[in-house]
Amino acid sequence: MDSLIGTLRLLAEEPSFAVAQALTGLAGASSLFLVSAGLTIVFGVTRVVNFAHGSFFMVGAYVAVSAITLVGFWPGMLVAALAVGALGVAVEVGILRRIYRAPELFQLLATFGLVLVIQDATLWLWGPEDRMGPRAPGLRGAVDVLGQPVPLYDLFLIAVGPLVLALLWLVFRRTRWGVLVRAATADREMTAALGVDQKRLFTGVFALGALLAGLGGALQVPREAANLHMDLNVIAEAFVVVVVGGMGSIVGAYLAAVLIGVVHAFGVLLFPKLTLVLVFLIMAAVLVVRPAGLLGEAPVPAGGGHGTGEPPLRPASPLLKLAGAALLVLLALLPLATEGYALVLMVDVLALALFAASLHFLMGVGGMISFGHAAYFGIGAYGAALAAKYLAAPMELALAFAPLAAAVAGLAFGWLCGRASGVYLAMLSLAFAQIAWSVAVQWLEVTGGDNGILGLWPSPWAAGPGAYYYLTLGLTTAGLLAIRWLAHTPFGQSLRAGRDSPRRAEALGMSVGARQWAAVAVAGAFAGLAGGLFAYAKGSVFPSFLAISRSVDGLVMVLLGGVQSLTGPIVGAIAYIGLADQLVRGVEYWRLVLGATIILLAVAFRGGLAGIAIRRAGAP
Amino acid sequence: MLRQAILGLAAMVAATAAGPVMAQEPIRIGEINSYSGMAAFTVPYRQGWTLALEEVNAAGGVLGRKLEVVARDDGGKPEDAVRLAAELVANEKVAVLAGTFFSHIGLAVSDYARQHKVLFLGSEPLTDALTWSKGHRYAFRLRPSTYMQAAMLAEEAAKLPARRWATVAPNYEYGQSAVAAFKQLLLAKRPDVEFVSEQWPAQGKIDAGATAQAVALSRPDAIFNVTFGPDLGRFVREGNTRGLFRNRAVVSLLTGEPEYLDPLKDETPEGWIVTGYPWESIDTPEHKTFRDAYRARFNDYPRLGSVVGYGMIKSIAAAIAKAGSTDTEKLVDAMRGLTIPSPFGPMEYRAIDHQSTLGAYVGRTTVRDGKGIMVEWRYADGAKYLPDDATVRKLRPQE
Repeated sequence: MDSLIGTLRLLAEEPSFAVAQALTGLAGASSLFLVSAGLTIVFGVTRVVNFAHGSFFMVGAYVAVSAITLVGFWPGMLVAALAVGALGVAVEVGILRRIYRAPELFQLLATFGLVLVIQDATLWLWGPEDRMGPRAPGLRGAVDVLGQPVPLYDLFLIAVGPLVLALLWLVFRRTRWGVLVRAATADREMTAALGVDQKRLFTGVFALGALLAGLGGALQVPREAANLHMDLNVIAEAFVVVVVGGMGSIVGAYLAAVLIGVVHAFGVLLFPKLTLVLVFLIMAAVLVVRPAGLLGEAPVPAGGGHGTGEPPLRPASPLLKLAGAALLVLLALLPLATEGYALVLMVDVLALALFAASLHFLMGVGGMISFGHAAYFGIGAYGAALAAKYLAAPMELALAFAPLAAAVAGLAFGWLCGRASGVYLAMLSLAFAQIAWSVAVQWLEVTGGDNGILGLWPSPWAAGPGAYYYLTLGLTTAGLLAIRWLAHTPFGQSLRAGRDSPRRAEALGMSVGARQWAAVAVAGAFAGLAGGLFAYAKGSVFPSFLAISRSVDGLVMVLLGGVQSLTGPIVGAIAYIGLADQLVRGVEYWRLVLGATIILLAVAFRGGLAGIAIRRAGAP
Repeated sequence: MLRQAILGLAAMVAATAAGPVMAQEPIRIGEINSYSGMAAFTVPYRQGWTLALEEVNAAGGVLGRKLEVVARDDGGKPEDAVRLAAELVANEKVAVLAGTFFSHIGLAVSDYARQHKVLFLGSEPLTDALTWSKGHRYAFRLRPSTYMQAAMLAEEAAKLPARRWATVAPNYEYGQSAVAAFKQLLLAKRPDVEFVSEQWPAQGKIDAGATAQAVALSRPDAIFNVTFGPDLGRFVREGNTRGLFRNRAVVSLLTGEPEYLDPLKDETPEGWIVTGYPWESIDTPEHKTFRDAYRARFNDYPRLGSVVGYGMIKSIAAAIAKAGSTDTEKLVDAMRGLTIPSPFGPMEYRAIDHQSTLGAYVGRTTVRDGKGIMVEWRYADGAKYLPDDATVRKLRPQE
């Protein structure tokens, strides 16, 4: 507090300083805008939430560093932008074009696979060291603005943002291509019906988006060394900008980029320890007040989110019941065969299967997409750990505390974003998870910060690998059966009704909002239990339990397994964890192989692994 | 589909449970590191331990058996590191666990080692907690800790006339404990010093322009920097452009390590006081031998990671030889007070807190032939930068 007042006093004494800081913020906003503009255009037209957009940004920076040495600085920028645009074409034609008709989250899965592939490909091509590029010729120094030094390159960037905005505006308002793109944004089916070649349009839009990301990355070269962390660093912020601006709105993206950039610059000054969470707090605040973002249009109440005309849920067939029982028996016998690593690995698989199943309950049954489901997993884990640490709770009590804490978090989240739906809800859940993550990282006194909470080992009776395995097996089986049972109850059925046709459900007198709220809490509780089990298996909790990558893991498992099937998440967890474990231990470029496998699965098997079996069995 | 899943599961179990057959097997060392996440460090690190491994085995191995390293990538996640630790111990039957880069991952594996009574040699993680507040019988550390390196720099900082200090550190445990230690040690030597600004950029996400401006606003005489990697590059560039470092002393942790200095190239700031590793100008016989062998083997110059990887294997080989066994309890007893030669000179694993006395080089940065190098350096022996025994006993839970 003292330092805040001190800083404010200094600012009052030197108002010119605030101007300089605002200029710094605007320069940051411009680079952010370039990335976000591409992302928002691509989303607006193709409805693809492109996780790999940050990877395009990173590739742009690397290509620029290399190209500059060959052709000079400014041509190098151009080469990088064009090269990444070409990469965008390849990705669109080679992968995404094949899955536009698949459930919309499948594109997300494919782009996530792409992130992994591009990461390893970049490492292979450019090596592990950061690549520092040259500064921009003619823009090396700083100029005096009211007595404060402001880098020339910053001023250049400040001009680039509005310039690109104006160019895009011209393209979209004054060219036939732009008009078609806008038409497709407003109504894809109608545009297609009028005879517009969608394929070409989508390829063009995707290439433009990639080109902008590549340009953004290239222009970043004078400010930072190209490095292998750029992709994930930029993607989270770009998501925030796109959502705050309103998905699909380019002007909105610019406004949001300026807002985020300036808040960032002053946040560094006024709340230096809160930089992580500030951006996400703004996003949450904007979305709670304006659920569609600053300039976004209210989303049309979506149909299914993952395809309509789905057959109603049926109780498990005798065959499936038999297979489930057989699996359970096999799992129960496992400790007789081995005392070793297989049990440790299976504890992970089981806990994450429960986590994936809880996410599936939310997404598949409830139709609510979550990009931040790790929040509940992590809050459950931290709930258990904090209970053990501060209340000296034994393992049994701490484990009971895990779902409780997560359910409370679910209630709070559901209350905050009762009005949001679709991608906006997904983004709000991401913001919520990021806020929880920032708290875990930065509230050092309570959570231990980055170093986590250690020494969380099971009670003596459950300490042996076999004993803890049985405990996990029992609790996850109970959890999985409970989720399955819930989906078939009137609560689950009416939740599905709200998902498929919210208006009809409301007209029938069901409160869709209340049901969804309850579903979030229920899914949260199961994810929390999974987190608690996971924490005691690891003996510790860390902020990474709540990180974006954990949420993505959950999504991948659900999508791999297949959204339509209740068995899907279990199969997905076994496949994903098993595959990752085998690859990590045996292959150097394991992310590349894992990513390629995920892409292949997304392209080839739209129903997920469970879907293959359903097709084989002849069922729809 | 479930049948396939079961078959797959059975195959997975069979693959993991079968394990190796024991028959005058090599002694295995289980090594866990962030190979994919921190490639700039881990590539030279892997080369370092490869070199040491080849040397040890060429000399006949240890106890008549060959040494072997089973390396695993934790992907930057502590929970995966713990799982891999279990895998290495259960399936690969490793005698010792070693490695890790990030502090929290080091602590996670260390806690696993405590729980399962396996020796863990943390080679790279710097957190003081590893040997102090969370220290225990089974964990040792190779590198000089955050406290030790901060102490080396505080000693230099105290000699400067500067009174108004600003700090810039990544906002996580490493940055926070480095700043805390530096403040405490500098204030003890110079009560007239005041800290006028603290910047805490998020690790890997520094808003360099805004941070540089914010530091400038407080008009400090000197800056203590803890950022490293890509953040450092951005901060240096913005600071250079904005004249932040003009007429200001800068004291900077780890910046002299080739991993972080080399990418700065000709933008390396002039005259920063840093800890690091001036590989090209250390001409002691033990370092020359190491450097020549490394160059001959990899056609590349060593980074600090290479020294750490090399020292890790040499430490474990020496401990096994001294213990005459791979039994964990005997190994732990052998490690306590173990003295071995290193490329930096002799070092000892202190019995009191299991911290090695490996030191670091303290010097100034400058640019030569378009590259950043360290000059006017001296070797700061780690043993001299640790608190007295009574303090250490208070910091570390006693067994």
